[in-house]
Amino acid sequence: MINILLSGDRPRSILLSVILLVILVALALAPFLFPGVRSLETAARICIFIVLVASYDLLLGYTGIVSFAHTMFFGLGAYGVALASIHMGRGFDALVVGSALGALAAAVLAFAIGLFSLRVRAIFFAMITLAVASAVAVLVSQMSELTGGEDGLNYLVPRELTPAFRFGEAFGIKLNGRLLAYYLVFASCLLLFLVLLRVVNSPFGRVLKAIRENDFRAEAIGFRVVAYRTMATCLSAAVAALAGSIFAIWLRYVGPDTTLSFSIMLDILLMVVIGGMGTMYGAVIGATLFVLAQNYLQTLMGSASDATSALPLIPDLLSPDRWLLWLGVLFILSVYFFPTGIVGRLRGVR
Amino acid sequence: MSDAPDHSPTLAALSISDRLGQAMPYILVPLLVVLGFFAIGSSSSWLTLTVSGLAMGMMIFLMASGLTLVFGLMDIINFGHGAFISVGAFVGISVLFALGDWTAATSLSLNLIAVLLAIVAAMVVTGILGWGFERVIVRPVYGQHLHQILVTVGGLIVIEQMIHVIWGPHEIFLTRPETLKGAITYWGAALEKYRLLAVVLGLIVFVAMRLVLRRTKIGLIVRAGVQNGEMVQALGYRLKLVFVGVFIAGSALAGLGGVMWGLYQEVITAGMGEEMMILVFIVVIIGGLGSVEGAFIGALLVGLTQNYIAFLAPKLALISNIGLMAVILMWRPQGMMPVVKAK
Repeated sequence: MINILLSGDRPRSILLSVILLVILVALALAPFLFPGVRSLETAARICIFIVLVASYDLLLGYTGIVSFAHTMFFGLGAYGVALASIHMGRGFDALVVGSALGALAAAVLAFAIGLFSLRVRAIFFAMITLAVASAVAVLVSQMSELTGGEDGLNYLVPRELTPAFRFGEAFGIKLNGRLLAYYLVFASCLLLFLVLLRVVNSPFGRVLKAIRENDFRAEAIGFRVVAYRTMATCLSAAVAALAGSIFAIWLRYVGPDTTLSFSIMLDILLMVVIGGMGTMYGAVIGATLFVLAQNYLQTLMGSASDATSALPLIPDLLSPDRWLLWLGVLFILSVYFFPTGIVGRLRGVR
Repeated sequence: MSDAPDHSPTLAALSISDRLGQAMPYILVPLLVVLGFFAIGSSSSWLTLTVSGLAMGMMIFLMASGLTLVFGLMDIINFGHGAFISVGAFVGISVLFALGDWTAATSLSLNLIAVLLAIVAAMVVTGILGWGFERVIVRPVYGQHLHQILVTVGGLIVIEQMIHVIWGPHEIFLTRPETLKGAITYWGAALEKYRLLAVVLGLIVFVAMRLVLRRTKIGLIVRAGVQNGEMVQALGYRLKLVFVGVFIAGSALAGLGGVMWGLYQEVITAGMGEEMMILVFIVVIIGGLGSVEGAFIGALLVGLTQNYIAFLAPKLALISNIGLMAVILMWRPQGMMPVVKAK
C-alpha cells in the first residue's frame, strides 16, 4: 500500500523516513498540535512550498534545466484564482475554474518559452526565463486595472473556508472554516506531491534522468530530448500554477510581492539545493527547514544583532534584514560541499 | 579498378540572398534607425530618441561585452555579472561624492577628470572583485553548467547584500557633474550632453576592444581560444591565465557600465545590477553567445527599439525587448552571430 502510494520510491534511509514521518504527522495535525494563527500560517506555507519546490525539482533535479520563471507560473495560478473569484463571484466553482485556467495558461506559456529556448541549447532557457519572468512581473504591476498593480487583489473565498464559519469544538480547538481551508490545502498538496512522485518514478521520469545525465546519449538511444524537456517544463509549470492557486485560496490575497518577486525564486532555489536536488523528498525537507528558519530564525538574528551592538560592523551583518546574505553564503557552500543536499547525505550515511 | 568518381568543383559566387543574409546583422541597426525616422515623423524628436537609444545601447554593450567573451572563452555563464555593475556604480559614485568640489565646479575639464577618476576607481575595484570571484566562486565548477548558474546566483546575492551592509539599505540619489547637466540644441532637437558623452565613450571602448581582439597577439589567442580552446592549449598557451585576464577585464567593463548607468539614471540601488542583467542577457542572446560584435549590434538594437517604442506606443515598451528577442530568435535560433565552435 505504502509502496504504491510512494510509487516504489522509498526514502531508503531510516533517519530520513523518521524525519519525513514527523513532518507528515506534524503537518497533518498542525491545527491541534500547534494551536495559534501564526503556526497555522507557517504550516500552510510549508505545505504549499513543498509542492512548489517539488515541481521545481522536477525541472532542476530531474531534467537538469535551470528556470528562473517558476514564480511566474506560481503567480499565474494565484492570479487565476483571484481573477476568477472577482469576476465569477464567491464560490467553489470560481476556485476550480480559476485554478484550471491558471494551470492551463502556465502550461501554454511554458510551452512557448520552451519552443524558443530549449530547441537550441538548454542554457538559453535560464536566461530567457529570467527575462520573461521579469517582464511579466513588470506587466502585472503596471496593468493595475486588471491585476490591482502593486497593491494586489483582495477577494472573497467561499464562506465555508473563512473563520466566520463555525461548526463546534474538538480537543479544545474551535472548529471553523479556517481549519477546513487548512485541510483543503493539506490534502491538495499531499495529492499533488504524490502525483509528482508518481511522475518522476514513471518511465517518463526515467527518460528525464537519462537526459540530465547525458542528453546526447539519450538522443542517440532514440528519445526526442527537446520533446521530453518541453513536456517536463509544461508539467512543472502546471503544478507550480496549481500550488499558486492553493496559495491564493489560503491567503485570500494576491500581490506581486507575495507571488511574483525574484526573492521567492531565490527561496525556491535554496530550498531545492539545501534539501537535495533530484529527490522529491529533498523538497519536503528543504521547504520545511527553510520556512521554519525564515519565520523563527530572523527573530534570533535580531536579538544577536542587538547583543553585539557595541561592536563595529557585526551588528550590520547580523541584522535580520541581512538574512539573505547568510542564505547566499549557505547556498554557495551547499552547492560546493553538499551537492546532493540533506537527503543525499542521509542516504549516504545509511 | 574503377575510375575515381566524377568530381568537378564549381566556383560559384555567393548568391545575393546569401550575401544579404551574412550582412543582415550589420544592416539591421541603420535599418531600424531609418524605420524609426519614418514611424516617428518629426525629425527633432527622432534625433533625440536616436541619441538616447544609442547612449543606452552603448552602456548596455559595456556591461554585456565581458559576459559574452567569458562565455565564449570558457563556456561559463556568469549570473553574478550583475553584481559587478552594482559595485562599480557604488564605488564610482562614492568617488564622485568625495570629489564634490570638482563635480560642482563649472569647468568641463575638472568635471571630466572627476568622472574619469570615478571610472578608474570603479574599474579597479570591480576588476579585483572579478579576480576574487573567479578564484572563489567560478573556478571550482568549471564545466558544470548547472552548478555554475546556481553558484554564481549565490555570489550575486552575497555581493548585493554586502553592498547593503557597506553603503546602507537605501538607494542613493546623485546629480551629474555641473557641465554635464542639461542639453544642447541641434536641429531643433534637445540632445542631453551626458548621453553624447556615453555614446562617445561606448564607441571608444568598442573600437579599442576590436583593435585588441583583431590586431594584437593576445587578441589572437583569445579569439582562437573561443573557437577551439584545446588546440590553443596544445600549442603551448596557458589559456587559463588568459581566461582570468578576460574575466577581470569583463568585470571591470561591467563596473564602467555601472558608473555610466548610475550617472544616467541619477539614482543607484544595490539591485540595479540584477535589473540590468535582464537587458544584458537579452543582448547576449540575440547577439549570439560569445560574439562581441553581435553583442554590440544587439545592444544598439535593444536601446533603439526601447526608445522608439516608448515614444510610439508607451504601453508596449515593457515587452518590446522580449518581442525583439522573440523575433530575432525566430529568424536565427542561435542569435545573430553565433560563435562557431570547432568541437
